[in-house]
Amino acid sequence: MKGGDEEVATPAGPPQPLDWKFSKVFGERIAGEEIQEVDIISAIEFDKTGDHLATGDRGGRVVLFERTDAKDHGLSRRDLERTDYPISRHPEFRYKTEFQSHEPEFDYLKSLEIEEKINKIRWCQTANSALFLLSTNDKTIKFWKVQEKKIKKISKIIADPSKAVGNGNVASSSNSNSPKPFPTNGVSPDRSCNHLGNDISFPPGGLPSLCLPVVTSQETNLVARCRRVYGHAHDYHINSISNNSDGETFISADDLRINLWNLEISNQSFNIVDLKPANMEDLTEVITSAEFHPAHCNMLAYSSSKGSIRLIDLRQSALCDSHAKLFEESEAPGSRSFFTEIIASISDIKFAKDGRYILSRDYMTLKLWDINMDSGPVATFQVHEYLRPKLCDLYENDSIFDKFECCLSGDGLRVATGSYSNLFRVFGCAPESTEATTLEATKNPMRRQVQTPSRPSRSLNSITRVVRQETLGVDANGNSLDFTTKLLHLAWHPTENLIACVAANSLYMYYA
Amino acid sequence: MAMINEPLYPIAVLIDELKNEDIQLRLNSIRKLSTIARALGEERTRKELIPFLSENNDDDDEVLLAMAEELGVFIPYVGGVEHANVLLPPLETLCIVEETCVRDKAVESLCRIGAQMREQDLVEFFIPLLKRLAAGEWFTARVSSCGLFHIAYPSAPEALKTELRTLYSQLCQDDMPMVRRSAATNLGKFAATVEAPHLKVDIMSMFDDLTHDDQDSVRLLAVEGCAALGKLLEPQDCIAHILPVIVNFSQDKSWRVRYMVANQLYELCEAVGPEPTRSDLVPAYVRLLRDNEAEVRIAAAGKVTKFCRILNSELAIQNILPCVKELSTDSSQHVRSALASVIMGMAPILGKDATIEQLLPIFLSLLKDEFPDVRLNIISKLDQVNQVIGIDLLSQSLLPAIVELAEDRHWRVRLAIIEYIPLLASQLGVGFFDDKLGALCMQWLKDKVYSIRDAAANNVKRLAEEFGPDWAMQHIVPQVLDMINNPHYLYRMTILHAVSLLAPVMGKDITCSKLLPVVINASKDRVPNIKFNVAKVLQSLIPIVDQSVVEKTIRPCLVELSEDPDVDVRYFATQALQSSDQQMMMSN
Repeated sequence: MKGGDEEVATPAGPPQPLDWKFSKVFGERIAGEEIQEVDIISAIEFDKTGDHLATGDRGGRVVLFERTDAKDHGLSRRDLERTDYPISRHPEFRYKTEFQSHEPEFDYLKSLEIEEKINKIRWCQTANSALFLLSTNDKTIKFWKVQEKKIKKISKIIADPSKAVGNGNVASSSNSNSPKPFPTNGVSPDRSCNHLGNDISFPPGGLPSLCLPVVTSQETNLVARCRRVYGHAHDYHINSISNNSDGETFISADDLRINLWNLEISNQSFNIVDLKPANMEDLTEVITSAEFHPAHCNMLAYSSSKGSIRLIDLRQSALCDSHAKLFEESEAPGSRSFFTEIIASISDIKFAKDGRYILSRDYMTLKLWDINMDSGPVATFQVHEYLRPKLCDLYENDSIFDKFECCLSGDGLRVATGSYSNLFRVFGCAPESTEATTLEATKNPMRRQVQTPSRPSRSLNSITRVVRQETLGVDANGNSLDFTTKLLHLAWHPTENLIACVAANSLYMYYA
Repeated sequence: MAMINEPLYPIAVLIDELKNEDIQLRLNSIRKLSTIARALGEERTRKELIPFLSENNDDDDEVLLAMAEELGVFIPYVGGVEHANVLLPPLETLCIVEETCVRDKAVESLCRIGAQMREQDLVEFFIPLLKRLAAGEWFTARVSSCGLFHIAYPSAPEALKTELRTLYSQLCQDDMPMVRRSAATNLGKFAATVEAPHLKVDIMSMFDDLTHDDQDSVRLLAVEGCAALGKLLEPQDCIAHILPVIVNFSQDKSWRVRYMVANQLYELCEAVGPEPTRSDLVPAYVRLLRDNEAEVRIAAAGKVTKFCRILNSELAIQNILPCVKELSTDSSQHVRSALASVIMGMAPILGKDATIEQLLPIFLSLLKDEFPDVRLNIISKLDQVNQVIGIDLLSQSLLPAIVELAEDRHWRVRLAIIEYIPLLASQLGVGFFDDKLGALCMQWLKDKVYSIRDAAANNVKRLAEEFGPDWAMQHIVPQVLDMINNPHYLYRMTILHAVSLLAPVMGKDITCSKLLPVVINASKDRVPNIKFNVAKVLQSLIPIVDQSVVEKTIRPCLVELSEDPDVDVRYFATQALQSSDQQMMMSN
């Protein structure tokens, strides 16, 4: 089923379920510690190589982590990507740096507070040793460059303003030779360097008394600089940003519109999708998530609150209000209820690495779609089926509107998504796979593991459709579900079996 | 170290500030790099300053950009072309930085230096640098390398030339779309230096790769290369190799590629010659004019005149004109607007008869377009039609269009039409203007929007220039001066402004007899804003009128204003008096 050739070539059964182990936690909570609202992590993303991980939080900060274990292989990055054999050690990450990406703002025209909360982070193409990433809050996207800079200490200074200002010819050679602490120069207000024209004549051999500053200390530190700010283009809250494979453009999506930007141009963007009806009362669906195809620069997908995914082709026309393909599951007759539409709303979509499959998350399920088959998903994984009787309560406390993210493994064989009580679930999506693991974001992830993966019940109309019923009973074990601790954000390492997931202000990593 | 004496001190500061914490000071120092170099002398510039700059590659992008620019003109300061190679290392590091504008500038400077370097130095230093960049680990280096081939190639020995061609062809197939884009952009320049036999084989195969790229953004740039390559090739090769590509591109799946073709097609017509143009490019262009995507039609419509200029009028009438008719009723206002901005230029190409018969109905329908930009675009190019068929045929439809625009509820539209009034006046002649447009010009002086009143005052002046003081005395000045009694002070202010603009055009006699009394009268206004504007206007009138008038009329009025209770009035009156004093001193 998966696009990879080697998968087709091996007739062996489905891959074995993974045995997940705890790797690391950053910002672990001490029992009883109160969580600061600003510390809650709201976005997470691995870069393409998997060497870096970025998180963003409600306080507008971006924290970067770097991989420590792969560095000492002595192989170039390209070679590492080509290695087929698994590296015996599991990936380990350490804190790299952090910076304040967004600050709270106030839109005076609309009398609107703009939160600093980071909604999404996306890594851009790395150049040289510098890292680039895009971060966005509700309104403004920023382009950051994080780079190591040498800290310069200047040990030798030739011009000493204190001597020259009062009485120029008193400045003796012994004084100007002695090292001065940095930076005593450059503060004299009556410097006359601007009067230096090109008409001054110098002796042909130059002036031997001049010398260049000598830089001594070569320590480095990491500096994050905001290179560009892409603002004032969204009337509604930005829910997604996504880079194009062409390396020069990206999209940003809010509730009703998707805009296309050039990374180098921050003062204009092109609207490519506009769902806003002439009369807002006619509004029936909103955009919930959007992502570019990983390889085809002309294709992008966006999901809606009605549970549909639209694939659009930028080649067809400048305004892509008409989709190239629509992925929707026809609802079973007679099952309609008040909640049908709410729980159908897709909270996140992700393309698989090969670009052939799209994973979508709605309130109850994860669905895997083949972009060549728009009649229905190729697989559906039940995540929250056990909550169906409780939908009323969930609606009352607004939990039903929680937006869970989803992710795919780099090899496309597994998918994962979060749930309540800091649980997250990993499913195998290779054919015949029955893998369905529940883990808890604690140091002991298998605590809640319920080892009862039932056989997939095949639906009648399509043998490729797999619907797996889950028996994570609320609580067959008597554990009460905690709707306040929800695991919304998680990311799968692009090349290894490593999941980073967020429980409030803590970042947990698990490997297998 | 010798004593640093006074004249040296500023240079010492400049040098120190190369490493200052404040970016503005660093920038300032970098901009004066040539001064520093001259102070150090050629040898020390080579041995100390340049290595020092090479180390300085992690500075802020603004500083790096300035450095890349300065180094491009640095050859004289390092001791002339025989030492030019010392400039390459710092520029090489700048070719690898992440910021596009710094890299572009570094490449530009390298090209500039390379163009002056001696042949053996190019082989010894420049080409190895190029090869290092082209094989660079980071895509930024490879992107930069593409822009250097056309400098290196002509000086390379035969074996190296083969290597360079191979390198370029690898860059055309790089993993990174950014590199392929750079290769596509620079292909034309490189191709111009390649010998004809290799051009037909190697370059054409690279071109072929680029035209089949998956990435729209690469194919787009390949379109741009078509015209450049087409001009290098023999016509028959161009027809054999480029023409099919262009015809293919004109039917590309991606509208952005078709858009580029629509923009560039007329340039290709010149390269391929008349016959293939007739048989292949005209049909391709007609398809683009009828494209599904409005953006493509906009681009194609905007080039309709340029394209027709290459064709003979018969072909244009036969093939293009029917499409133009369709476009004039296109569903997209932007298409109609693009068409309206160029269509008047077709009149000289088609000649009088065809214009009257075929184009005139289109002009008229565009003049009635619901979208003001379309009408404005037609009016702005009126002179081109006037030369061919005269204005009479149009004037009937023109007037309602102008009046409607003049009264449009969007002030920007009104502003745009005011800008065209002097042009219209010159085309339509005095008679037409007096009858129909004069009243409009006066009406704008009383507009609710300041920008319109301001433009209207300017318009009055431009009309006076166009038709002369005598005409203005009859048709403008009395009407304008009448309005000085308007009860609203803002309108009175507009008139004062108009008067100050009219005075230089009308000359001193009319100014003294007609304009000045009105201004003097206004100095008795009850609104201080009027009074200090009177002071300003009087100041502007002083150079125009005779000294005696200044003494007798202007100065007494200003003296009176300088004792006004309002502080602003006093201020401007005093200013005007001072300037009149200076005037007197100068004339004495």
